Amino acid sequence: MTERKPKPKIKKEEVKMPKQDPKVRVKNFNEVALGYTEEQALEEAARCLQCVKPQCVDGCPVEVPIPEFIKCIKEKKYAEGIITIKSKNALPAVCGRVCPQEEQCQVKCVLGKIGDPVSIGRLERYLADWERDHGFQIPEKAPPTGKKVAVVGAGPAGLTAAADLIQLGHKVTMYEALHLPGGVLIYGIPEFRLPKAIVRNEVAYIEKLGVELRVGNLVGRIHTIPELLKTDTNAVFIGSGAGLPRFMGVEGENLGGIYSANEFLIRNNLMKSFDFPEYDTPVRIGKHVVVIGGGNVAMDCARSSMRLGAEVCLLYRRSRDELPARQEEIENAEEEGLVCKFLAAPLKFNGDEKGWVKSMECIAMELGPPDESGRRRPIPMKGSEFTMETDTVIIAIGQTPNPIIQRTTTGLEVNLKRGTILVDENGKTSIQGVYAGGDVVTGAATVISAMGAGKTAAKAMHKFLSEKK
Amino acid sequence: MIYKIISTEELAPKTKMFEVLAPDIAAKAKPGQFLIVIISVKGERIPLTICDYNREKGTVSFAFHEVGKTTKELGQMQAGDTLENVTGPLGNPSEIKNFGKILCIGGGVFIAPLLLQVKAMKQTGNKVTTILGARIKEELFMEEKAKTLSDKIYTASDDGSIGYKGLDFLKEILKTEKFDHCVVMGPVVMMKEVSEITKPYGIPTIVTTTPIMMDGMGMCGVCRVTVGGKMLFGCVDGPEFDGHQVDFEELVQRQRLFLPEERVASLMWEKNIGGCRCDRKKA
Ligand SMILES: Cc1cc2nc3c(=O)[nH]c(=O)nc-3n(C[C@H](O)[C@H](O)[C@H](O)COP(=O)(O)OP(=O)(O)OC[C@H]3O[C@@H](n4cnc5c(N)ncnc54)[C@H](O)[C@@H]3O)c2cc1C
Ligand SMILES: Cc1cc2nc3c(=O)[nH]c(=O)nc-3n(C[C@H](O)[C@H](O)[C@H](O)COP(=O)(O)OP(=O)(O)OC[C@H]3O[C@@H](n4cnc5c(N)ncnc54)[C@H](O)[C@@H]3O)c2cc1C
Ligand code: SF4
Ligand code: FES
Repeated sequence: MTERKPKPKIKKEEVKMPKQDPKVRVKNFNEVALGYTEEQALEEAARCLQCVKPQCVDGCPVEVPIPEFIKCIKEKKYAEGIITIKSKNALPAVCGRVCPQEEQCQVKCVLGKIGDPVSIGRLERYLADWERDHGFQIPEKAPPTGKKVAVVGAGPAGLTAAADLIQLGHKVTMYEALHLPGGVLIYGIPEFRLPKAIVRNEVAYIEKLGVELRVGNLVGRIHTIPELLKTDTNAVFIGSGAGLPRFMGVEGENLGGIYSANEFLIRNNLMKSFDFPEYDTPVRIGKHVVVIGGGNVAMDCARSSMRLGAEVCLLYRRSRDELPARQEEIENAEEEGLVCKFLAAPLKFNGDEKGWVKSMECIAMELGPPDESGRRRPIPMKGSEFTMETDTVIIAIGQTPNPIIQRTTTGLEVNLKRGTILVDENGKTSIQGVYAGGDVVTGAATVISAMGAGKTAAKAMHKFLSEKK
Repeated sequence: MIYKIISTEELAPKTKMFEVLAPDIAAKAKPGQFLIVIISVKGERIPLTICDYNREKGTVSFAFHEVGKTTKELGQMQAGDTLENVTGPLGNPSEIKNFGKILCIGGGVFIAPLLLQVKAMKQTGNKVTTILGARIKEELFMEEKAKTLSDKIYTASDDGSIGYKGLDFLKEILKTEKFDHCVVMGPVVMMKEVSEITKPYGIPTIVTTTPIMMDGMGMCGVCRVTVGGKMLFGCVDGPEFDGHQVDFEELVQRQRLFLPEERVASLMWEKNIGGCRCDRKKA
């Protein structure tokens, strides 16, 4: 690394992003973070040192040319800047909002040693939003190869693979089981963190590239993967995500008022139940909501519940230090009034005469030695049982891959315990011509890692298709 | 994909059957599977059982009873109209094989999908006794069709206005006749009653559970049912389960989860009918 002494005139503090006031935003579903103005973007971009060997790029799973795009902002060449990002990342408006930059690119930025790192995510978002206001540019495609590819699942992994493959000249058909494309971006992450108009825009861009999208098409039930390969499809990418909710297996879990995080989020985001009865799908939220879990999904459930008017308590079995959610989301949630109860887990749910949950029995935990995840293992403390009143419980303890594809694709090697599909470093599965990536391979992870996997697989699929007669 | 309604038929008061153009689904549909139907952009996802399909024409049919907002609005739609989305075929197909002598029991609107199963069961060589049940005489339908498909048929109603009154006669039949297998599709109370009747005779009894569903493909878990003490998902593990193992009481309770909201939606919709609905189509 070329150690360069930062010149003293470098501003140590990042330019903060304007946000909706917590008291106001907890009453609406509009986006919380409002985005930089042009002046703010220029001021923040000016902080970047344009390192010769940029550390930030090493931290980015898809190797976005970070200093290059920031340079474009400095020079107000916004159109060029967005093309620079899109050479590596097809969904910058999404990534600029939901990527954990603080553990990826920004944690590596040299400025972090003397103050705040450059706010790379916010600058990425600025360019993506600029493009949305100024119209998309459709890049040139390679001449048609005559090869046909099927992409299963329109989440970040599938969308990325589709975008790359079509630009390489292949014909791409994308199958999505739900009636709207986007995967977790559309059904999971709430409007106030990722406006659905943005997801629709990103999908529209991919459709404009020429990808044929078939929604309401559950692969495994209509076409199985072996059937697709028997027709004119030359290769398949599986990006079916991890959408199967996990329950705890404790007594009373089937009482009314107990939702899986997925049910609660799908009702709100995909079906817009927060706008019932304008939209037909209802959601019932009580006064005292308990969210069980501590990841981003739990935070999203908690913050959505507060917006629906409830008091929310987060119950997490480890301590604050182990919370897997992004720091920024925890802060946002606490500003909005979230109460956390650490080191406790439910044992049993009690219902009223109508079968609706009214309280839960819990037990306190203490932290033992680290488990296989590297975090300290929670151990129940004998005799510490206590009861909490509640009328709505949201279980956000994780998701695993949906087994439909695995069950209907003979010859596909899977990890039986985790339900994930096994692939090599190029995303290739045990079946010739079939590739996979994203949460279906890794288990629940991040948007950008899913996109990275989609990219890697697209590259390998292109090689496979080019060699195939 | 345009999900166009090809034809409609009134089976009984407030009970209709629609044939919809959906070639991909028609090519794969099997007895026992269901569809998720969305009628408009702001609509909910409702599960309806496949009651027929025509692979050549590329159509699937479902029958529905107008019970709430969505089914009432669906009931107003006509041939030529289009549905926002139809997803399927979902759920596991029925087990169709030669069991020997079987009993097929359908109640209310579920008579329509039951007969699809009866047809398939007959074609695989079973000797089929069919029982059609309804609340009242006017709500019984497809009796002629059932006659031509089955070896023997009985009818029954809650008030005795047609056929036997209630299901007590089934107890009498079972005293003298032996059956190797039984399938029941209908209201939960009826499936529960039949399961209780067949249990002492050890007749394997398959019921079609109808928990509330949303995605219908294993993503949300709202459809969870307890079967033999285990939590299963109605949409991906079912919808058919062993009737002697299903916790029917929990099923009924879970079906009522959103009753107050459903009432609101239904009342508001009824107040607005006759008004312009075009905004709902676009939105
Ligand atoms: C509530 C929530 C909040 C999150 N917040 C963040 C965050 O802030 N930052 C971050 O980086 N990550 C976040 N994540 C994780 C991130 O969203 C996922 O890791 C990412 O979406 C995985 O992408 P994917 O393409 O692999 O799968 P998905 O996004 O799950 O998409 C898979 C798609 O495939 C479809 N599908 C499944 N089976 C079939 C089939 N058989 N046929 C056809 N289609 C099928 C599904 O319907 C779905 O649309 C969050 C996740 C959740 C649930
Ligand atoms: C696998 C399966 C197959 C079904 N097949 C048929 C069929 O062939 N014909 C038919 O008429 N009905 C069928 N149903 C029931 C049908 O889905 C409901 O009648 C319909 O959703 C009611 O919607 P609504 O808005 O008109 O009524 P609502 O006012 O919303 O509800 C009326 C009643 O319908 C039930 N219900 C409501 N929403 C749902 C939902 N999303 N999923 C399941 N049940 C719900 C509730 O128990 C409620 O009490 C089936 C249900 C399942 C799960
Ligand atoms: S963002 Fe940070 S690490 Fe990357 S080039 Fe700029 S100063 Fe260097
Ligand atoms: S309907 Fe959502 S999991 Fe069954």
